[in-house]
Amino acid sequence: MIYKKINLKLIYFIGILSICSIFNFNVTIASNTNSHNDLKYDEEIITDEEFNAGKIIVEHIIDAHEWHIADIGHTHISIPLPVILLYNGKLDVFCSSKFHHRHSSYKGYKIETEGENKGKIVRVIGESMETDKKAKLPLDLSITKNVLALFISMFLICWIFISIARTYKKRKGMAPKGLQSFLEPLILFIRDDVAIPSIGEKKYERYMPFLLTLFFFILFNNLLGLVPFFPGGANITGNLAITGVLALFTFIIITFSGNKNYWVHIFNTPGVPWWMKIPVPLMPIVEIMGVFTKPFVLMIRLFANITAGHIITLGFISLIFIFGEVHVGLGLGVSVVSVAFGIFMTILELLVAFIQAYVFTLLSALYFGMATEEHH
Amino acid sequence: MELVQPGIGLLFWMTFSFAIVMLILKKYAWKPIMKGLKERENSIDEALHAADKAKEEMKQLKFSNKQLLKEAKEERDAILRNARKVRDAIVDEAKLKANEEANRIVERAKDSIQYEKMAAVTDLKNQLASLSIEIAEKILKEELSAKDKQKDFIKKMIDEIQFN
Repeated sequence: MIYKKINLKLIYFIGILSICSIFNFNVTIASNTNSHNDLKYDEEIITDEEFNAGKIIVEHIIDAHEWHIADIGHTHISIPLPVILLYNGKLDVFCSSKFHHRHSSYKGYKIETEGENKGKIVRVIGESMETDKKAKLPLDLSITKNVLALFISMFLICWIFISIARTYKKRKGMAPKGLQSFLEPLILFIRDDVAIPSIGEKKYERYMPFLLTLFFFILFNNLLGLVPFFPGGANITGNLAITGVLALFTFIIITFSGNKNYWVHIFNTPGVPWWMKIPVPLMPIVEIMGVFTKPFVLMIRLFANITAGHIITLGFISLIFIFGEVHVGLGLGVSVVSVAFGIFMTILELLVAFIQAYVFTLLSALYFGMATEEHH
Repeated sequence: MELVQPGIGLLFWMTFSFAIVMLILKKYAWKPIMKGLKERENSIDEALHAADKAKEEMKQLKFSNKQLLKEAKEERDAILRNARKVRDAIVDEAKLKANEEANRIVERAKDSIQYEKMAAVTDLKNQLASLSIEIAEKILKEELSAKDKQKDFIKKMIDEIQFN
């Protein structure tokens, strides 16, 4: 019964998701956004340039200093975010709306619009818009779109799991209920099918907090990334900084929990002829490379999977506008196919969201298991 | 290129917030959740175990009930048998006693009959004797009415005494 219900909800959810992903692309959240005070309106003239799918797609999946929500006519609707800069020991904090969508500089800073530093905040000469090529880049600790999305998802995760924990305390020994019964299978799955088989009955408990946090962080952000409008839509798990930090945590935990057996295995691999270790330490070099490639691959896998999914979905939607530029009718015709493929991709992405969260967690658990394995 | 350049700010905030969230969740979420799960699993295990035990106990109880019933039946039979035996013994004894008593009564009756008979006979004898004496007296009176006859009789008596 419960599963049926969840199934229905899931289908419903996917449906909404797909519909939203279609509408979000260019013009949405129309009338009611007017009442929001935190939204910033900027009247400006967007030149009727040609539709550039590549540019738009990249803009949708990278980080930004403002949270772009929609364009209505020639109006950008976006949430301005705080900019925090450290330059020569001087701290500058101001609102990103001061940049006027990359059109002006403020306090000697601007957002670079071209070149290798495109998208980054750079120094300008005086009050002009000219980039100061000699000045080094300021340390940018701004609350960007991804940072805000990160905070939102972190808050969501904390809120959900702390409330669930309270339910566990309140309903001791009783059957799970509500949200608890929805997430408990996942928690049990991580414990019984990921942690215990990979790390072992004796030591798994130490790693559970990390593995659970990791799994739910990736899962929640993968799913939130599929929601096309605020507070979802930020491509967090498809960002190298995020996946890199996750992989770094895994790497640090592996390194610190590695026992003697693990290090012996790296520096003096058993079962390998001696001439592969002395005088040229071939095996140790390979093994040490392995130590770093493991988390590196974790980082790349999650990033690539999520980013690829987003790019393909956006690509399908872009087709509508590419053909629409040729002829409106053609655009409408293609939209049927594009929407169908978009829905298909979103459903696939939903699956990928689970799979990637699972794979990252499982591999981390396996590496922990390898690091703590006793000699046998 | 922007796509594969990790932002320093994002790196910083991610490291910072992930570490904090992990610590918060560890303390306020995962620990109670894992504990709750374990407790529930244990309680379910215990409940199942207890149910098994109860089943086993029920079985044993059933068995012992049967045993008890059997024993009770046997005991009842034994008691009944005993009672029958006792009853028989009592009846036998009573019969014996009654017989003896009857015999004694008969004996006594016989004795008393004998005695009565003897008394009657003695009485009869005495009466007969006194009657005989009376008769003899009367006869003697009749016979010794004459003087000469009295003399003869005395003479005879004296003779008799002399001979003795």
